[in-house]
Amino acid sequence: MGATASHLGKDLLSEYQELTFLTKQEILLAHKRFTELLSREDKNLPDPRAPTEAILTLPELKSNPFRERIVRVFSTSESRDGLTFEDFLDLLSAFSDSATLEIKSHYAFRIFDFDDDGTLDENDLEKLVNCLTGETEETRLTPDEMKQLISNILEESDIDKDGTVNLSEFQHVISRSPDFVSSFKIVL
Amino acid sequence: MPKDHLITSENDIGIELEDSGEGCDTRNGKPTSGRKRRRRRESKKERKKDEGRGSRNAQHAVDSGERTEKERQRKRRKDREEKAEHVQSLDKSKVNSRDFAAKNKKNLKNEKTRSKGRSKRELEEGEAKQPQRKGCAKAEENEQDTCERAGKKKGKKKKHRKKVETSSEQESSEDGDKEGEGEDEEVEEEEEVEKEVRPETLTPEELEKLKEAVDDKKKLIQALRGKPWPMKKKHSTLRESQEFLEKYEGALGKGKGRKLYAYKVMMNKKWMKFKRDFENFTTACIPWEMKIKEIESHFGSSVASYFIFLRWMYGINMILFGLTFGLVMVPEALMGRPYGSMPRKTVPRAEETNAMDFAVLWDFGGYAQYSVLFYGYYNSQRAIGWLKFRMPLSYFLVGVGTVAYSYMVVIRKMARNANETGGGDENSFNFSWKTFTSWDYLIGNPETADNKFASITTSFKEAILEEQESRKDDNIHLTRFLRVLANFLVLCCLAGSGYLIYFVVRRSQKFALEGFENHTWWERNEVNMVMSLLGMFCPMLFDVISALENYHPRVALQWQLGRIFALFLGNLYTFIIALMDEINLKRKEEDVVQFNMTMWEASLHNNTADNSTAPPLFTHPADVPRGPCWETMVGQEFVRLIISDTMTTYITLLIGDFLRAVLVRFLNYCWCWDLEAGFPSYSEFDVSGNVLGLIFNQGMIWMGAFYAPCLPALNVLRLHVSMYLQCWAVMCCNVPQERVFKASGSNNFYMAMLLVILFLSTLPAIYTIVTIPPSFDCGPFSGKARMFDVIQETLESDFPAWISKVFSYAANPGLVLPFMLLMVLAIYYLQSTSKSYKEANVELKKKLQMQNEENKKKNKRAALKAAMELEEARKAPSSRTAEQHYNPSHQHRRHDMADSRAGSFSSDQGKNGDDQAPFTDCRRSQPVKASASSRGRHANQGATTGYPAGHPRQSEPSRLQRVASTQRR
Repeated sequence: MGATASHLGKDLLSEYQELTFLTKQEILLAHKRFTELLSREDKNLPDPRAPTEAILTLPELKSNPFRERIVRVFSTSESRDGLTFEDFLDLLSAFSDSATLEIKSHYAFRIFDFDDDGTLDENDLEKLVNCLTGETEETRLTPDEMKQLISNILEESDIDKDGTVNLSEFQHVISRSPDFVSSFKIVL
Repeated sequence: MPKDHLITSENDIGIELEDSGEGCDTRNGKPTSGRKRRRRRESKKERKKDEGRGSRNAQHAVDSGERTEKERQRKRRKDREEKAEHVQSLDKSKVNSRDFAAKNKKNLKNEKTRSKGRSKRELEEGEAKQPQRKGCAKAEENEQDTCERAGKKKGKKKKHRKKVETSSEQESSEDGDKEGEGEDEEVEEEEEVEKEVRPETLTPEELEKLKEAVDDKKKLIQALRGKPWPMKKKHSTLRESQEFLEKYEGALGKGKGRKLYAYKVMMNKKWMKFKRDFENFTTACIPWEMKIKEIESHFGSSVASYFIFLRWMYGINMILFGLTFGLVMVPEALMGRPYGSMPRKTVPRAEETNAMDFAVLWDFGGYAQYSVLFYGYYNSQRAIGWLKFRMPLSYFLVGVGTVAYSYMVVIRKMARNANETGGGDENSFNFSWKTFTSWDYLIGNPETADNKFASITTSFKEAILEEQESRKDDNIHLTRFLRVLANFLVLCCLAGSGYLIYFVVRRSQKFALEGFENHTWWERNEVNMVMSLLGMFCPMLFDVISALENYHPRVALQWQLGRIFALFLGNLYTFIIALMDEINLKRKEEDVVQFNMTMWEASLHNNTADNSTAPPLFTHPADVPRGPCWETMVGQEFVRLIISDTMTTYITLLIGDFLRAVLVRFLNYCWCWDLEAGFPSYSEFDVSGNVLGLIFNQGMIWMGAFYAPCLPALNVLRLHVSMYLQCWAVMCCNVPQERVFKASGSNNFYMAMLLVILFLSTLPAIYTIVTIPPSFDCGPFSGKARMFDVIQETLESDFPAWISKVFSYAANPGLVLPFMLLMVLAIYYLQSTSKSYKEANVELKKKLQMQNEENKKKNKRAALKAAMELEEARKAPSSRTAEQHYNPSHQHRRHDMADSRAGSFSSDQGKNGDDQAPFTDCRRSQPVKASASSRGRHANQGATTGYPAGHPRQSEPSRLQRVASTQRR
């Protein structure tokens, strides 16, 4: 697995193709972009890890309000920041054009699950809405509106009425949406 | 067999598999494989349950019966080791306990094979006496069933063991526990020994089983990329499965069959590799992919959708171009009679002097008119060249083929789009969709992101407002009046533009009769210019008018699109009607010319008749009088229209976007107000307008392609240029839209428009082909009464007689009418079935909801009871064992907490053997199981269908478990 140092081996490349939704060119491009993110001393490590700050500078993620969450969800390190190349590939695969609805909705759920407790409760939803409406004051919703909105969301998607949206409920909702698959994409 | 396994949702399976790292998610397998999988899963569950009380179980296992001395020895050894390690390290103990579970399982099976005769009921009773094994009761039942059926135990046992071992190996590697490896290897060795005997001792049944396992692995490999696992896990699973396949694939098949099988496997591998390479190749071949991606990241998916649409159109036009170019233009140019050999292929004497002028060529007159580009040039000779190419037939079929192909492609695309959207009910998830799916992850531009934030906020606010009160209008009469007024104004515009076009076309006909030479450039190009200008300015006018109406922006956009559509369509049809008038004029002229021709020929004949010995007088084809050839005229009109339309599009792009952007950018330094933020500002990219323009352009192509075979070629050129030009313009001088609309919502709307346009544009073309007789002296159908007579002619002369007979019968109204009736009936039938399916869908949805609620209630009751009983059981003196059992897990939990700093995964530990018994896992709390096993089953069922109340924690966490497990490392 340490072959990610400077160039990708042929076997590894074909394995990555098997394991992700990416094509050969995309994997190579991803590798190029990833190595650009690494600092000089990191490159010599067997399994280098790009720090979160470096990843957030990617133009594809720069304007995304969920960028920190995305990195957190896909990171496999203990402190949950920084991505190895394989994490990075996982990310791109989930966000690729040909990824299935299941995998996309699974990761979307985990991105939206801000406290990582396996369900979307009211706090998660509030944070989510705040992310969507942006940081500035004029675009923020008032507390009343927020309350109304969250209760509406729960009313629609909380099928078992336990006050939270769990993964299967989330996937149920998402699977009917016409534009989720087309917009849940990140392309290098 | 318990029912709950059958209803298990895929998610649940995913969870189970995630625990095991092995097995496959395809649910649709044969019943046997399903059972096996279930069994495997049960074994896993069992193992899970056994964790934490591994030692006790192991002891029990030792007691419960062993077949061989060897095994027992090993077990004991392990038992000792395990105990020691359990004290030392908890992680280690987990692994060992897993191993023990595996061993234990084998023993259990042995026992079962012995107790085949025993009834299930007895078994359950026996279980009740042994509380430790209650958790596995169900698994045992399953296994017994399968064992009974299988008859042969040996091979099966081996296989089963193999599976268990691989999975435990898998888990340990996943957890990164290196300590566990020693045991695993030991077991592996033993496995090797067993395996070597295998190929010879295989019975067909075992072979079947092995095949299934191999297939399972293959499916797993294929499904691996769709699993939400980290790469490391996927990688190791892949390697492990591949190893398994390599080992066992060869063992399948015997003798000759074996070789064949190996060959097949090899070819399969090669084929897969080839397919992958081919896929890579095709994705690399998609044109403009990078350009579109760049735009996507700057402007979001809606602007990009325009370019994708453009690219799709380009593809269609390429094919149309290929058809006309390859089957009509090239054969005629190569094999047809050369230029100047016939009157229709020669520029007439009167025009010869300025036939090469650029102005004339630009109008597609002169040499351009008498070339393969237009209908009139083609000869009516039946077969041309040494290939005996049937030119007229080919011309006709290509004309029909382009239309048919376009219909097919558009409808197929529409159907695919409809499939993708899934047809979900629009309003039931309004808010959830707004929250969960409104962000466009492609956006990579801060400005676009800001706009998106704003638009999301407004959409939220609007939705909330709408929800709170179903809008009351302050002054309904005023809005009504204004809307009526607006529509009236729009109608006036439409009528005015229609009249203007009609007027201009008539005037240009007058000019044409007088001859173009004595008129200015404007007078000659009036028609096209007026049409283009109208197409440019009327939409702006509509935009202003629609401000009166005060509609919701989305509704306003739809109105706007509808109006532009009406305008374009009206213009096109006035144009066509005017053209029809002209066609009629030309045909009258043609009659006169035809009469004159006979006179002229007669006079020529008379002249030559006098001295018949002299060679017949040769008249140069340029001097021969000829008819007006209305088909070429129509073709020319369309080509001119396309050219001027293209020019206006490009010029508006350059002036409206580029120049404006330049002015705004540079004058901003010395202007009294902020130009960038204020009035002129930068232009937005108008997706809907551009799409409409594209659609209408295509409509004109379809309409005119029959009379001017060069039209698809022109259009390909145009689209190619506009791809680059518009990409550049968008990137350099447009700003992202303030209101970002979703692309997919309107996709089929555009396609429907395209279909309508296709229909409306083929209508006049077909009408002219069918009703108007072709010109007598130009084009491939000259001399025939109707253009489609070419089919008749071919049937009669090129095919055996019976075929034409069959055709004449088939064309009989007596056959055609019933056939049409049949089609109508079929449509009706399909429609009604689709309706009934929809109703069934609604019914099912209702049922699901009902069941969900019922399950929820049942679960709550079950959980409450379980909690109470657990309490009782704890209080009772016999609960000492239970406490004993919970202790390690408490420790365990603390350990986990310490290690994974994200303490929120409390439920995760629930899986690893923990304490939150009442709500997390009914089956694990033994007293509940003892007293109410049937209820437990219900609860189980509920959990698998939709995670209702009591259970969400049980299934969710295991999915998230890997995160924690990686943390634990």
